[in-house]
Amino acid sequence: MAHCKPFRPSRRSFLAGTGAVAAGLTFLPKAGFSAEEKVVNFYNWDTYIGETTLDDFKGASGIEVNMDLFADNAELFAKLKEGNPGYDVIVPSNDYVERMVAANMLMKLDHSKIPNIANIDLAFMNPNHDPGRVYSLPYMWGTIGIGYRKSRVDGVPDSWKWLYESDQYAGKIALLGTPSTVIQIACKYLGYPLNESDPAKLEKAADLIIKQKPSIKVFADDNGQDLLLSGEVDLTMEWNGDILQVMAEDDDISYVVPKEGGLLWEDTLAIPTGAPHPENAHAFMNYVLDAEAGAAIADFIQYATPNAAAKALMDKSYTENPAIFPPDETVKNSEVAIYQGPEYSQLIDRLWTKINAA
Amino acid sequence: MEDWRRTPLVFWVTSLPPTLWLVVFFLIPLALVWVMSFGELDGLIDIKITGTLANYARALDPLYLEVFGKSLVFAGFTTVISLLVGFPVALAIVFASPRWRPILLLLVILPFWTNLLIRTYALIAVLRVRGFANFSLEWLWDQGNTVLALMGLGSYQLLGDRFEPLELLYNNTAVVIGLVYVHMPFMILPLYAALERLDRSLIEAALDLGASQFRAFLTVVVPLALPGIISGGILVFIPALGSFLTPDLLGGTDSQMIANVIERQFKGANDWPFGAALSFLLMYLTFAALTVRALVNRRAERRGGA
Repeated sequence: MAHCKPFRPSRRSFLAGTGAVAAGLTFLPKAGFSAEEKVVNFYNWDTYIGETTLDDFKGASGIEVNMDLFADNAELFAKLKEGNPGYDVIVPSNDYVERMVAANMLMKLDHSKIPNIANIDLAFMNPNHDPGRVYSLPYMWGTIGIGYRKSRVDGVPDSWKWLYESDQYAGKIALLGTPSTVIQIACKYLGYPLNESDPAKLEKAADLIIKQKPSIKVFADDNGQDLLLSGEVDLTMEWNGDILQVMAEDDDISYVVPKEGGLLWEDTLAIPTGAPHPENAHAFMNYVLDAEAGAAIADFIQYATPNAAAKALMDKSYTENPAIFPPDETVKNSEVAIYQGPEYSQLIDRLWTKINAA
Repeated sequence: MEDWRRTPLVFWVTSLPPTLWLVVFFLIPLALVWVMSFGELDGLIDIKITGTLANYARALDPLYLEVFGKSLVFAGFTTVISLLVGFPVALAIVFASPRWRPILLLLVILPFWTNLLIRTYALIAVLRVRGFANFSLEWLWDQGNTVLALMGLGSYQLLGDRFEPLELLYNNTAVVIGLVYVHMPFMILPLYAALERLDRSLIEAALDLGASQFRAFLTVVVPLALPGIISGGILVFIPALGSFLTPDLLGGTDSQMIANVIERQFKGANDWPFGAALSFLLMYLTFAALTVRALVNRRAERRGGA
């Protein structure tokens, strides 16, 4: 999801954002009666598009893509919540699609303008977070599991126990800094559903983490893979794609989704309400879902593509890599996070404050 | 002082832009946040201003007070360490030759030319297990072993049988190091300003009258530098109290400061009214610190006048 990201692009994206607002404002009045200017404003995660995708799209369509970066879904949501500052295509994850639909922040898609939808694996066409794919199309999917340094760990750490209830690797463990994910996976480890919402059980999950705190080095803000690579930690809870990127640099690093199951996620392409260039946005989404373009993206970012036509073009080192496409058994045990409303978010935040303060 | 009534036009023309700036970009946004702190979430986006005090009641929960307390401790340590390190530095600059003084002052403010985020990442590169601090220590360890070997003591492994890197990053010490590093110039500059004005003949007089160097420092230099100490203290304490980047990047599982909690309210937790209430509590704490300064100043003035 979010990747080897040394710097938050706050100032840059602010400037670009204001530019986008200006562009949006100057454009709005004539939206009704003239063709769109040849621009699409794309708000994406870092290192999450093919190396030449944007240029190729410009070559094919003449439409210029301005890309801004966000570091996490919360940032994306906060940026758009007071009104769209001018973005045309965004990349929210599954539970944030639900959140944004609930808040009327996404536009309905016109499937007739995106013929490449036919390329998408049918298994992805009717998910719980967006039945019928009214608001979003799948971009990439993956798991959250454990990235580890083989030479420093006994065997394969195929249980969340090694992160949540063991001092064998004390001081060499990093968990994610995303409160909901850390608590949800604790629920999973305790045998509750990932989306457990009973406060008493969530409290138990928090207590488990508090008890484990002396062994946890850091709640890593999306840089667990860097900590693993630099030897700061030996086990880290991470997005599979992040670990894959450092596996390419260091043979001693591997990835496993524990037997209790992990968290399945899907990043989507969506058009935020108030997008200044919806036509271009549809054209861009159609291009990204093209078989060749999709394969180029997947080849570069090494995440699992839901695009069956693109996957068919990839070689075995990608399609048969268990860290990209986990075994069916793992997928069956894993669950998708569901958006559960503001009370749940507040409870999770309170528990997170408590975990950090304890 | 020039009476503004004699030149009203000049007064209005010169004071209008800063006043407008202050009102539009500071007071109005602040007022909006203040109003928001009395609101309730209404769905995902809308906030209903109901005049409720529930946000403040929640913020006064022991859980959050503890986080406030911890932030105060972090900021307090930062201020004291900055003072202890900054005072000798400021003294050294004051007593440096006039040719060196501007260069030394430039060195103090030089870090500001680099973005805070980049400086913090640089600190990570220094402090981490495979970082420059540990590389240096390892080098010293190697040299020490070489010396021992030359002395014929190589086989006793007096320095341990292998170099154990220090865990410098991702703990509270790292947070304080980061905060001190970032805020030090705010301490040194006011101290320098205060010490530069200091009448050196007073020190000479103290020494002539038989005071030791230390005594002269404590009873003459420090009291005269007090305004600088207080200004520097305030300038370090307040921003340190509201830091969120440093604990976020350098801290471990124990390093949460109140600004981290506030940041989350505006992002993941999506609870802006509660975040606004926490922000204002933090601001009241800041006002309290400023009041203390005003009181101390007034007392000092009264003493000076008597």
